[in-house]
Amino acid sequence: MENEAGALSRVAGLFSARGYNIESLTVAPTEDSSLSRMTIVTTGSEEIIEQITKQLNKLIDVVKLVELTDGEHIEREMLLIKVKAEDKVKEEITRLCEIFRGHIIDVSEKSYVIELSGDSEKLDAFIKSLEKMKIIEVVRSGVSGIARGSRSLEV
Amino acid sequence: MELTGAEIFVNSLKDEGVKHIFGYPGGAVLHIYDALYQQKDVEHILCRHEQGAAHAADGYARSSGKPGVVLVTSGPGATNAVTGIATAYMDSIPMVCFTGQVPTSLIGNDAFQEVDSVGITRPCVKHNFLVKDVRDLAATIKKAFYIATTGRPGPVVVDIPKDVTAQKCEYSYPKKMTMRSYNPVVKGHPGQIKRAVKLMLSAKRPMIYTGGGVILDNASKQLTDLTKKLGYPITNTLMGLGAYPATDKQFLGMLGMHGTYQANMAMHQCDVLIAIGARFDDRVTGNIEKFCPTAKIVHIDIDPASIAKNVKVDIPIVGSVGAVLKEMISVIKDGKATPDKTALKEWWKQIEEWRSMDCLKYDRDSEIIKPQFVLEKLYEVTKGDAFVTSDVGQHQMFTAQFYQFDKPRRWINSGGLGTMGFGLPAAMGAQMANPGETVVCVTGEGSIQMNIQELSTCKQYNLPIKVINLNNRYLGMVRQWQEFFYQNRYAMSYMEALPDFSKLAESYGHVGMKIEKPSDVEGALKEAMKMKDRFVFMDFITDQKENVYPMIPAGAGLNEMILI
Repeated sequence: MENEAGALSRVAGLFSARGYNIESLTVAPTEDSSLSRMTIVTTGSEEIIEQITKQLNKLIDVVKLVELTDGEHIEREMLLIKVKAEDKVKEEITRLCEIFRGHIIDVSEKSYVIELSGDSEKLDAFIKSLEKMKIIEVVRSGVSGIARGSRSLEV
Repeated sequence: MELTGAEIFVNSLKDEGVKHIFGYPGGAVLHIYDALYQQKDVEHILCRHEQGAAHAADGYARSSGKPGVVLVTSGPGATNAVTGIATAYMDSIPMVCFTGQVPTSLIGNDAFQEVDSVGITRPCVKHNFLVKDVRDLAATIKKAFYIATTGRPGPVVVDIPKDVTAQKCEYSYPKKMTMRSYNPVVKGHPGQIKRAVKLMLSAKRPMIYTGGGVILDNASKQLTDLTKKLGYPITNTLMGLGAYPATDKQFLGMLGMHGTYQANMAMHQCDVLIAIGARFDDRVTGNIEKFCPTAKIVHIDIDPASIAKNVKVDIPIVGSVGAVLKEMISVIKDGKATPDKTALKEWWKQIEEWRSMDCLKYDRDSEIIKPQFVLEKLYEVTKGDAFVTSDVGQHQMFTAQFYQFDKPRRWINSGGLGTMGFGLPAAMGAQMANPGETVVCVTGEGSIQMNIQELSTCKQYNLPIKVINLNNRYLGMVRQWQEFFYQNRYAMSYMEALPDFSKLAESYGHVGMKIEKPSDVEGALKEAMKMKDRFVFMDFITDQKENVYPMIPAGAGLNEMILI
């Protein structure tokens, strides 16, 4: 979409005004600074998804839209999680990080911050595995997506 | 030479070809008003309320096809205009509304008369802009007109902070506008058009259903040509009246909640439905589960989002109505297939049977004035050639049923949003756009009071509008629903303490008339229409208990009408 003030609120407003679900929404500028790219995760019947697609296309700021779930694609989300790291569980946390291929990126006397990226299910599973520990904070980025192969979203 | 933002604003309007703007001054737009004061090309019409200004610009657009232009100040100026903007949005009317804004340095500061106009109007505009730099002003105005008038038209708001109107820069108005993110489709897909024509010609019980899109695209001629060529029955929505001549025998009247029996029954039983520039609104379809149960549907619309929104469609065609219909006519001409004459004859026989029910009958011998009677006489006296605006309620439905519109852009009403208070200011806009033509505002004592202050504007600009006030001392449509569905508990639907409207009009310097007997109706109408240069307010004291029939109750199908 056009990288303009208010573009994000047009999309968010559309979803709330028409009662569509919005599970996550990520947005950031692209290599072309006049454009930003947004990944929206939503749910609904085929008819509703068709309507969402049409209504989004109707927004003047939307330059191009693809439905990634139509083809093979990659989804990634990033998680930052802060857990209480007492001596007796430090080893367990480190082990879980290795299994999930996360990284401990901040260490204090009593806590770790772990970074992990992957699809949303993997993040869910990792959080679940940490449930025994004391989770202090969870930050998720929302999903970003891209098509596999040579298929691309170009303007 | 460098110009100020205010001068750029005025020059841009000039270069856009704008002749009239409707507005109301205030602090944030004082530089602009000063620039307007010093020129003669753009005439500003001072309304008495920003809502009135927006509706007037709307009526101007609907009656002329040109975009309506509004200018209001920040804060309450903008919020007062919102109802008018939303009204235009729901009916896809091309409009550009300029709102003043507090200086950029104060935005977000809760400054005096500050409101987030872009935020407030976002859900009821096609697009909106906040201009933060005078160097963007001319191009933004060009974009606003381009977006408002192309594709599916709609209102565009341009919010201009006061300091931007004082800053200076070189002026140049873009001749053309292209936008990478906005490319409305015009031509329909040729393959889809061929498929549609094939289906249409195979119909045994065809029905043509058309809406406001035909009028917006000035496609009445193409529609009439196609309909005549096919010999199929046709119905118009409330917004589509006038697109096909109402006096033609192929026309079945309006459809929907207060549509005719023949139109609704033909919709229900048709086997091929050709929907053109219409959007299957809930007031048209009734219960969607029961809608057109046996029909294959062709839907032509310029807005892809209108297609398959409410009703599943068999052959969608995205494109401008006029271009698609033209293409359809030429496909039919070039092909061998023709309509099924035998089946059509049977179908028409059935339709004539429905028509003979005379679903719009009413008591013609009544000693109290019936609203239907006033409208029939209005139609006769004006020879069906007036621009007729209406407010919202029973009088609106009666006008749609009884005034037969043979030409497009003559019937001007708030169909989508249903805005009471629309009629009088819309008539002002229609009269400004069509000087010398007869402009009538049909209203009721409820609606007219929602923008009655505009009587003053009509005096200032000598607008010779004729107001037909169907005064039944009730909010008639509310009363009707309370009678039908709330066991006659008339909560708040009685208008007490009404003014003497004829005297009120006189105090504004207009002609006032009060008509209480059926035998006086025709004479009074003739007398009023003769006063070509006067605004006449006609207060008709009508039957308090009259209801609008036929009616489809909520939740029922089109074949389940209540007849009188």
